[in-house]
Amino acid sequence: MDSKLKIKMRGLDVKVFYGGKGALHGITLDILENKVIALIGPSGCGKSTFLRCLNRMNDTIEGALVTGRILLDEEDIYDPSVDVVELRARVGMVFQKPNPFPKSIYENVAYGPRIHGLAKSRTELDEIVEQSLIKAGLFNEVKDRLHDVGTSLSGGQQQRLCIARAIAVSPEVILMDEPCSALDPIATAKIEELIDDLRRNYTIAIVTHSMQQAARVSQFTAMFHLGNLVEVGATDTIFTSPQEQRTQDYITGRFG
Amino acid sequence: MSVSGVILIVLVFGGAGFFLSRARARAIEAHGAKMHSRPHYYGCWTCLLIVLPSLLFLFFWNIGVNIYAERQTLAHISYAAGGDIERSDSYAPLQRILGQKGIASTRQSENYMVQGGIELAAGIKNLRQAGAFAALLLSVIGFLAGFWGTKAKKRARNRVERVTLWGLIVASTFAILTTMGIVLSMLFQTISFFRSVPLSNFFLGTVWDPRFSVMALEGMLGRFGLIPLLAGTLYIAFVAMLFAVPIGLFAAVYMAEYATPRMRGIIKPLLEILAGIPTIVYGFFALVAVGPFLRDLSASITGGQGFIMAQSVLTAGLVMGIMLTPFVSSLSDDIITAVPRSLRDGSLGLGATQSETIKRVVLPAALPGIVAALLLTASRAIGETMIVVLAAGVAASLTLNPFEAMTTITVKIVNQLTGDLEFNSPQTLVAFALGMTLFVLTLFMNIFALYIVRKYQEHYE
Repeated sequence: MDSKLKIKMRGLDVKVFYGGKGALHGITLDILENKVIALIGPSGCGKSTFLRCLNRMNDTIEGALVTGRILLDEEDIYDPSVDVVELRARVGMVFQKPNPFPKSIYENVAYGPRIHGLAKSRTELDEIVEQSLIKAGLFNEVKDRLHDVGTSLSGGQQQRLCIARAIAVSPEVILMDEPCSALDPIATAKIEELIDDLRRNYTIAIVTHSMQQAARVSQFTAMFHLGNLVEVGATDTIFTSPQEQRTQDYITGRFG
Repeated sequence: MSVSGVILIVLVFGGAGFFLSRARARAIEAHGAKMHSRPHYYGCWTCLLIVLPSLLFLFFWNIGVNIYAERQTLAHISYAAGGDIERSDSYAPLQRILGQKGIASTRQSENYMVQGGIELAAGIKNLRQAGAFAALLLSVIGFLAGFWGTKAKKRARNRVERVTLWGLIVASTFAILTTMGIVLSMLFQTISFFRSVPLSNFFLGTVWDPRFSVMALEGMLGRFGLIPLLAGTLYIAFVAMLFAVPIGLFAAVYMAEYATPRMRGIIKPLLEILAGIPTIVYGFFALVAVGPFLRDLSASITGGQGFIMAQSVLTAGLVMGIMLTPFVSSLSDDIITAVPRSLRDGSLGLGATQSETIKRVVLPAALPGIVAALLLTASRAIGETMIVVLAAGVAASLTLNPFEAMTTITVKIVNQLTGDLEFNSPQTLVAFALGMTLFVLTLFMNIFALYIVRKYQEHYE
């Protein structure tokens, strides 16, 4: 890879076990700053598991065990001295199904800043909420009804609300776990555009099942299969001349 | 032929009809015809044709016979009242014979009743016999219709399923009809109570002093003030909820959010055992343990006379609170667990701690359900009887001091309905008015709980 690019996160021999059963068998992968990396692979290949390691969401799963090292700015996030709360504020996450809280749109976005004490006054909080909604491309659609419940929005709007909610705590990395799988093509296109915009300020890792989406939004692609990393490289290279037969088969739709 | 004998015959016949029709259906199928339904549906349909009309007929026929008998008796009495009857047999010897056989009979009977009774018994016997034969005939017709109707094109499955559907509908309306029956029976007694006691005396009265029913005969009307009872009921329920809600809710939060599956597997069943203890046992506990303990505790604090009475609002409320805790925790636990995991993930993914997630996301999402659960629990507290009978006292006083005895609506219902009863005195009838009040109170609480659940339910899915 290009040596001028800064490595934001790095996984070193990451292994995950769910209740003693191996789900990831030693993944070593770099995530570069201000780039979008797409994690692709057939269902059950471990790409979501790897993503969830990056902000230690696997901690919330009963019986999950993670070994190896994951560095964020050269600091091991699994080090006992690391505060998982602070880590998750730096590495935000957007989930597969839009999951707005049963609160108003405003409260949904203000949630993160409130618990982290990011705003000193009401006006400052208003500003954060507005900026986050603008960045998530949702502000114009909801500015007149900020106090309606978040769940009253359409699926695509809800997902952008979740992105705004993640942005509001000013993370450095945003993890997206199949953010468009529950959305229609128009909403998907909007989110993809948004991901491209967000790249300027954030580092993004996205799990996707859509080859087209990976090709459209990412600069790098990592191919997973059966808990192993098959191949990683620039998206153009992966999609035009993959090194591995399995990658070739997967992106041409021969399995998975 | 007795009714139970007829029922047995019809059921056996129905079973035979099932096997015969199924065999016939199989035989038709074996000949190569394409049957509409599987063979056992034809069997079921024949069985239903045999059993249902016949048993329904028997049921309504016997009700009809009873009504007829009652009418006939009344006719005899009115005939006798005319005075123009032939007294062929007299009552006294009959009474003696019955007495020798150990059958008690009332003293105030008249001779004409014997004659009427004999005629009636014969008439009823004939009617019953006729009914039994008609029922058997119906089942034979049902069998013939079902058996000969077993043909390839007959839609036996659809018919059986329609009958099943009706069976389910009847089952579901049964409880509703029973509830209506209960309300109506209370309603008439309540109305006759309010004929003798004005509404304002009952609903606005602050003194509960119903006197004995003997006095009512002397023209003295007791005072039936609802307010001290209602106040006692609500006060004790309030104290109970004051204990049960925090403990139950915290237990629920612990079980749903923090406990390991192992811990949860131990604690939850133990808490639910509490819910299975009969309330009379809680009453004992209050009477012999909690009440004296609180009294002695207060006595040792003051160093002399205790300020907590053994039977008090506090005692009853405390023990009732213990009883309600498992309801609160079990219902709330189910509701909290039902909050989707995605909401928790969303909050944790933003860097919220577990307690922040519970406080700001899980509990608000579960709140409507929890409120509804609390209202259901509160209506239990209001209707609770045995604990308050033993622990709250019987003095209908109006006080704010939780250390003194108060009484509740349910206690007074028990008081008014035990012992020698006369169902025409307001002293007894007031129990029905109290019961009705209680029913309406809890009904509205339950409706309100359902309304809250329905209104806020769709906020998450």
